Amino acid sequence: MSPTGKLKLIDRVTAINWNRLQDEKDLEVWDRLVGNFWLPEKVPVSNDIQSWATLSEAEKVMTTRVFTGLTLLDTIQGTVGAVSLIPDALTPHEEAVYTNIAFMESVHAKSYSSIFSTLISTKEIDEAFAWSEENPNLQRKAEIVLDYYRGDDPLKRKVASTMLESFLFYSGFYAPMYWSSRAKLTNTADLIRLIIRDEAVHGYYIGYKFQKGLQQVSQAEQDELKAYTFELLFELYENEVEYTEALYGELRLTEDVKKFLRYNANKALMNLGYEALFPKEETDVNPAILAALSPNADENHDFFSGSGSSYVIGKAVDTTDDDWDF
Amino acid sequence: MASLVYFSSVSENTHRFVQRLGLEDLGMPVHRIPLRPTDGFLTVDEPYVLMAPTYGGGNEGGAVPRQVRRFLNDEHNRSLIRGVIAAGNTNFGAAYCIAGDIISAKCQVPYLYAFELLGTAEDAQRVRDGLGRFWQRQSLISA
Repeated sequence: MSPTGKLKLIDRVTAINWNRLQDEKDLEVWDRLVGNFWLPEKVPVSNDIQSWATLSEAEKVMTTRVFTGLTLLDTIQGTVGAVSLIPDALTPHEEAVYTNIAFMESVHAKSYSSIFSTLISTKEIDEAFAWSEENPNLQRKAEIVLDYYRGDDPLKRKVASTMLESFLFYSGFYAPMYWSSRAKLTNTADLIRLIIRDEAVHGYYIGYKFQKGLQQVSQAEQDELKAYTFELLFELYENEVEYTEALYGELRLTEDVKKFLRYNANKALMNLGYEALFPKEETDVNPAILAALSPNADENHDFFSGSGSSYVIGKAVDTTDDDWDF
Repeated sequence: MASLVYFSSVSENTHRFVQRLGLEDLGMPVHRIPLRPTDGFLTVDEPYVLMAPTYGGGNEGGAVPRQVRRFLNDEHNRSLIRGVIAAGNTNFGAAYCIAGDIISAKCQVPYLYAFELLGTAEDAQRVRDGLGRFWQRQSLISA
């Protein structure tokens, strides 16, 4: 809510007609989000109880802190972020998509609580939440994003929102991928993968709406917004590096996490329509982490840079699309 | 002459990648599959590599954009495909770039390359060089 206490709402509501679309992307993304819907109760996190017991004290502390940080970000996005985008929506269908995004972010935030209650003692949870409350980098990250959500620039709000969806979560997402790559906490990792999948659609959509908005402003404003985006990215990145060190330093994983951060920072920029910033050498994510994220990513889908003597024919993939004629 | 056929939604992600390839400079024609039925139907008359984004998820179908399915349902178009390149996002896990797997399996053509979102500068360079070599080799095989 704004400092004056005056809540900004949309001025006028028209009954939404899904049969009359101004932007077909709205329906496409709505359908995708609905198709991807899930609830944490479907994931058997309790199967990770034995695995959790094998972690060292430092590993448990890191993991618990990671999840409290992610809980904070999802809470922000669910209760403030996605909702703050509604008044600037260009179409009624866009408004509806944001309500879906806001709800799913609340589902994500609740998922961490179900992981906590399954694996972790109340005392450990309380300690981790206390740490998060006091960690300057986590609080700073929240503050930067919240400032833009409260601000009066709709396009900057979308930039901040895309950064959150596509970049700021990943210092946290690294941990469950790390455990998954070591065959630990694999059910927890399955749950986090569902969150990661949702964030991809959210970042893509909000970034797309940013680009639509960009088309409506002058060249000078477009240039300013681009400069602003890169400045914000640098500011957030510096903060993320410190946050990463605070979380992972003791386990000596900081450098590995930073590659993952830069890789995802590039993707956040791409979602906003900008070219990648960090060069290849700085974004060469640990193959084990990439494989934990996507088992397909390390498959040989680069016929071009190989010897050229062999290529891959895709394996038959089940598809529910019934409009193929062959 | 061999060509590139691609599909890009209103997000224009794949379109921007294609623009960065500069294939016309190599004398390689580029054709875009129309977005809407009212924009007409693309019929090709030369061998081509198909490039398409993967619509993300994995729960549902629809990984291959329906415009691409319609284009490939045309037997003549399908007879000229020689390879496929797909775009996607690793966030979709096992469904990453799965449109490439589906098209490759259905049309029995090589899956040449996968890239994320808008692609990086390295992706563009590799695809540009790779397509040039690929068509050279194709022409030797068919000669």
